[in-house]
Amino acid sequence: MEFILILGAKSDIARALAIVYARHGYNLFLAARNAKELERFASDLQIRYQVEVRMKEFDVTEFSSHQLFFTSLNPMPSGTLFCIGYLGTLPASAKEITEIVHTVEVNFTGCATILSVVANEYEKKRTGFIVGISSVAGDRGRTSNYIYGSSKAAVSAFLSGLRNRLHPSKVHVLTVKPGYVRTKMTKDLSIPEKLTSSPEKLAEHIFRSQQKGREVIYSFRIWRLIMLIITHIPEKLFKRLSL
Amino acid sequence: MPGYLNIHESDTRNLTSWGNYPVVESSVFMCNDEQEARSYILNEGTTIPRGNGRSYGDSALGKNVINLLQLNKFISFDDQSGILHCESGVLLEDIVRIFLPQGWFLRVTPGTKLITVGGAIASDIHGKNHHQAGCFSSNVLDFRLLLSDGTCITCAPDQNSEIFRATCGGMGLTGIILDSRIKLQQVTSRNILQQTIKSENLQSTFDLFDKHELEPYSVAWIDSLASEKNLGRCLFMKGDFACDGNLNYSPSKSLNIPFYFPVFCLNTMSVKAFNYLYYNKIRDNFIESTVSVDAFFYPLDAVNNWNRIYGRQGFTQYQFVLPKEKSFDGLREILIRIHRSGQGSFLAVLKLFGKENENYLSFPCEGYTLALDFKVSPGIFRLLEELDKIVLSCNGRIYLSKDVRMNTAMFRKGYEKLDGFLKIRKELRADAKFISLQSIRLQL
Ligand SMILES: Cc1cc2nc3c(=O)[nH]c(=O)nc-3n(C[C@H](O)[C@H](O)[C@H](O)COP(=O)(O)OP(=O)(O)OC[C@H]3O[C@@H](n4cnc5c(N)ncnc54)[C@H](O)[C@@H]3O)c2cc1C
Ligand SMILES: NC(=O)c1ccc[n+]([C@@H]2O[C@H](COP(=O)([O-])OP(=O)(O)OC[C@H]3O[C@@H](n4cnc5c(N)ncnc54)[C@H](OP(=O)(O)O)[C@@H]3O)[C@@H](O)[C@H]2O)c1
Repeated sequence: MEFILILGAKSDIARALAIVYARHGYNLFLAARNAKELERFASDLQIRYQVEVRMKEFDVTEFSSHQLFFTSLNPMPSGTLFCIGYLGTLPASAKEITEIVHTVEVNFTGCATILSVVANEYEKKRTGFIVGISSVAGDRGRTSNYIYGSSKAAVSAFLSGLRNRLHPSKVHVLTVKPGYVRTKMTKDLSIPEKLTSSPEKLAEHIFRSQQKGREVIYSFRIWRLIMLIITHIPEKLFKRLSL
Repeated sequence: MPGYLNIHESDTRNLTSWGNYPVVESSVFMCNDEQEARSYILNEGTTIPRGNGRSYGDSALGKNVINLLQLNKFISFDDQSGILHCESGVLLEDIVRIFLPQGWFLRVTPGTKLITVGGAIASDIHGKNHHQAGCFSSNVLDFRLLLSDGTCITCAPDQNSEIFRATCGGMGLTGIILDSRIKLQQVTSRNILQQTIKSENLQSTFDLFDKHELEPYSVAWIDSLASEKNLGRCLFMKGDFACDGNLNYSPSKSLNIPFYFPVFCLNTMSVKAFNYLYYNKIRDNFIESTVSVDAFFYPLDAVNNWNRIYGRQGFTQYQFVLPKEKSFDGLREILIRIHRSGQGSFLAVLKLFGKENENYLSFPCEGYTLALDFKVSPGIFRLLEELDKIVLSCNGRIYLSKDVRMNTAMFRKGYEKLDGFLKIRKELRADAKFISLQSIRLQL
């Protein structure tokens, strides 16, 4: 009776992950704000895959609730997937204080607090896995989304440190850096079709990578190359580009 | 060929149903949940609901189409009563895959499991057990229907019953079925004990149906190219669930036909050969075998896209029913007529229906139904018009879910409860909202 926890279960990527894990027989805790809205999704998974699905209320910015939230899950989930993210309204996000604070709190602070709680428990038990969804946007800041990007850079650095710390305890940490994915987050953006993948494909990729124990994945591979190039452009030139 | 208006719209795509004819440009809205359906209905113009596009003709085609395949959530299942509550875009395939291993199966299923629950209700589909189990609607406890004004009502045999009767078989023309509670039947096996019996002519085919009336499932494959003393010869197949308690079901894999078959594959010679082979496969007069549910109910699903063997021009299925007392003479005449035309049908499936139900536009009535496939060609519509005359003279009718070409007169005479349907459609103001190419053609 293995359970996994999906944080931000209403995200399109999270739903696709829920389907893949349920199909492989995992029971699920679906955690989200207004989790009740997931009722139909949950009943469908239970009937389709004959797994148990429980909905949990969770707000990633209520940092002080994280400890209680996680320790009250019974049974303790054997894996945790962090799928929460906030892109912010562009470019206002870089100009309004509240928007900056919120972006950083959702993407980074909340991620760090809840996953620290998770890590502490997994470390004690010497078992478990953590999947964190960061973003290619964290690899280099650029005009169009650098508040979001820098918060994701922090997420990537955090996950890397967490992996380092948890390695001796056999707790596995996977960092996922998706490129463009067609979801609620990107539905109003014009993004290049050829470089955009679907939540379903990404979820399969994440599941396989998690099961194989991989450390950092780009999704898809082309993005590793794109980001390699982008991170190697000299700053002198980069600052002139409109990206 | 009946002419189809060329519909041009900004965000459009080419759309067609199972017959690959006609192909029309339409703008398709992919609906993810009930809320989206409601705001689409309130904010957009006319539309027609669409399930998995397994109807053959133009029932699920229109200028604007709302695709319900994503409205596919299971809501609950009661393993005491067998009552399943699910959204309308759920495929029968999923129901079989999930519930057969638990000992439950559809009470009524068509010859393909690749249709939606919504499509099954809207066509009020029938299966090989119609003579005992009736249409799909007889196992529908209730459904919720989204109306043209964005409101939603529950319909059941005893609640909004007129709308229930208009919607079952109503081809999506009363509103959008959102979700439904249907009753499954308990079964003891994933296997069917099947008997295949060879008949020499139409009379002995009819005798077989009468003789095996008590058998739950029966159907016959007619050799539509046979003539004279062999006219109406068939392979009669009957069966029932085995009692072996083996519920270990996993769906059989299907093959792909990756391209459109060139037209010459289907000239009379090859049809003849196919029919000959099929018929002569059986040397004895009687064969008993145990086959899987998939092989028995869904033999055609074994090949994905088999509709492509008819080539790019597409094909149509002509399915009619004749009242029982007129069935023999009518079928004789029709089979002779088809034989004379040399336009043999790949498939000719014969079935004896049980009693007609109360729904306004449901197809089955007590008597024999025959379904024939024809490749779309310049001559075919002329032949079908001649067949129409014979069907009419026997007081028969044509199945809307297969139809793509019948005229209004034929339709009106076949469906005598039509006026009642039109009245309800008007009262619901559905006639200004839910419009398919078929409803335009038939002035529905
Ligand atoms: C190989 C094969 C075998 C078949 N065998 C049989 C058989 O044995 N018996 C039989 O009766 N039929 C049979 N059919 C026909 C098929 O079962 C029907 O056409 C069925 O309605 C198709 O369902 P669909 O989900 O594909 O719907 P579509 O083809 O997409 O739509 C069919 C009609 O249903 C309406 N509709 C669909 N969803 C909704 C909804 N949610 N709310 C309101 N209206 C809706 C559409 O407007 C349209 O008028 C067969 C078809 C094939 C391809
Ligand atoms: N889409 C892309 O192109 C892309 C690319 C790279 C990385 N990513 C990352 O992928 C992850 C999933 O995003 P997505 O694309 O699936 O987008 P999404 O559907 O918009 O999902 C984002 C989720 O974050 C949740 N969330 C926001 N603030 C929250 C809070 N305070 N508490 C709890 N949950 C909160 C949202 O919940 P509500 O539903 O309640 O609003 C939403 O479900 C995110 O980390 C995102 O940054 C996405």
